Amino acid sequence: MRRRLRAGDVAVLLVLAAWATPYFWQLRTSFTPDVELLAVRSVLPDAPTLIHYQAVLERSVMPEALGNSLAVASLTTLVALALGLPAAYGIARLPVPGKGLLLLGIIACTAFPQIATVSPLYLLLRALGLRDTWTALVLANTSFALPLLIWLLAGFIREIPVELEEAAFLDGAGRLRVLGLVVLPLIAPGVASAALLTFLAAWNEFLFAYTFTATEASRTVPVALALFPGVFEIPWGDIAAASILASLLPVLIVIGLQRWLVRGLVAGALKE
Amino acid sequence: MTARRRADRRAGLAFVAPAAVALAALALYPSLWVLWLSLQRRVPIFGIAHFVGLDHYAFLATDPRFWNAVRVTLVFTGASVALELALGLAVALALQRQRAGRRLALSLLLLAWALPAVVTARLFEWLYHPAAGLVNLLLGQPLNWLGDPGLALPGLIAADVWRTMPFVALLCYARLLTIPAEVWEAARVDGAGPLATLRFVTLPLLRSILLVALLFRTLDALRAFDLMFVLTGGGPAGTTETLTVYAYRSLFQTLQLGFGAAIGVVIFALVMAVAAGYLRVLRREGLAA
Repeated sequence: MRRRLRAGDVAVLLVLAAWATPYFWQLRTSFTPDVELLAVRSVLPDAPTLIHYQAVLERSVMPEALGNSLAVASLTTLVALALGLPAAYGIARLPVPGKGLLLLGIIACTAFPQIATVSPLYLLLRALGLRDTWTALVLANTSFALPLLIWLLAGFIREIPVELEEAAFLDGAGRLRVLGLVVLPLIAPGVASAALLTFLAAWNEFLFAYTFTATEASRTVPVALALFPGVFEIPWGDIAAASILASLLPVLIVIGLQRWLVRGLVAGALKE
Repeated sequence: MTARRRADRRAGLAFVAPAAVALAALALYPSLWVLWLSLQRRVPIFGIAHFVGLDHYAFLATDPRFWNAVRVTLVFTGASVALELALGLAVALALQRQRAGRRLALSLLLLAWALPAVVTARLFEWLYHPAAGLVNLLLGQPLNWLGDPGLALPGLIAADVWRTMPFVALLCYARLLTIPAEVWEAARVDGAGPLATLRFVTLPLLRSILLVALLFRTLDALRAFDLMFVLTGGGPAGTTETLTVYAYRSLFQTLQLGFGAAIGVVIFALVMAVAAGYLRVLRREGLAA
């Protein structure tokens, strides 16, 4: 059902569009030739150009960084789901010994500051010979992604009625089959939103990636953007293009998969 | 039934064990190790590693750079969180009245939240450019936002509020959607004006979610690193150097792992104290188990 926009609705949209201006301005800058950058005359560039995107894609490490980020964020999400889904089911449904302590530990883990754990993790990963690898980043990211994922998924599992699982037990199914064939399909929307949040957090992560990487073999997008080179002067147009490329996937997720994203974001906070 | 229960216990252990082991190795173990590290003088490039007890903490107690970082961290956290909550609440109330275009509104709102903090830092670096930045173009003034010791911290706070206000707004908005329309109807029938409704109906209903948002945002602001590290690097003259930036510089730029770890432990303690304090409040309010 489509409703007509009223004056009040338009006002809210204008305010929110104004809030998003910094992003739109970077979008404009990424299409503006260098000569126009320091002398802004109008809202849109006089002679829009793709030269900055060409520079970033052909002469910077951004393409490799995008590949690394895609791999690290996807693998982090998969590993966290593989470990987190059974754990969430166990916590929500099964009599695990020491459950209270475990829950407290998981909540405490979500509050751990990365700056405190970064130095031991650095020594650990170096000792394992994992510096400058995807594996190092996936392991490090799991340390903050997993607790949040378990918390969200356990909440979603508690929402579904136990009776549905009981029926499957009477048919002789084991716990693992029940989880895979009964529970998982029912919480699929919740899993999707938790996975999206994990992916976004891993895509945006900077401190671990900056510390544990050394070359374009594993540098992710935020690291490449933070280290974006300027030889004599800062290449504002190229940086703008690189920023837009770095945020392309998060922006697409917000616009295209908003419903799923919001569900997970809100679930973590509204559940008391 | 007992056989079933024993099987369930076994299954429960098997289901929880992999995640518990991973968290113990990747989160719990490092968080204990950092305590041990902070009691050592450790400079890897010179092969130095020996026990110094509480020396690093004794040094921090009289270190002006440390106390400056404490002040910057607290000002940054207090100002960012207060502005985020006030603006987020206002935006949520505006969104609640929205009849059409809600999807577009949420997309515009969440855009700033979804961007990596490093991208936000790069965005604001350009917005604050003294000669060609949009901020100065609109103000008509040649202010050096990131170079002036009096402007850098406000500039940093503005960037942080920009990227995190949407989170608070979304939480409040989601809570408002769960309140039945009769509540507002009743307030109107009782003759409550907009201000009285806000003060006596809306805010009490939003109290719990505001407390939760306050907790999440305070913890994140205390731990924030990416934005200031990339936008100002702690400068000018240390006016934006938070505890996290000081810790990072000690750890990986001057390579004093033990000393940096000690600052990390201070941040750790600060965060845990805040979390424990909030939990007490939430429990007293009957909001947490």
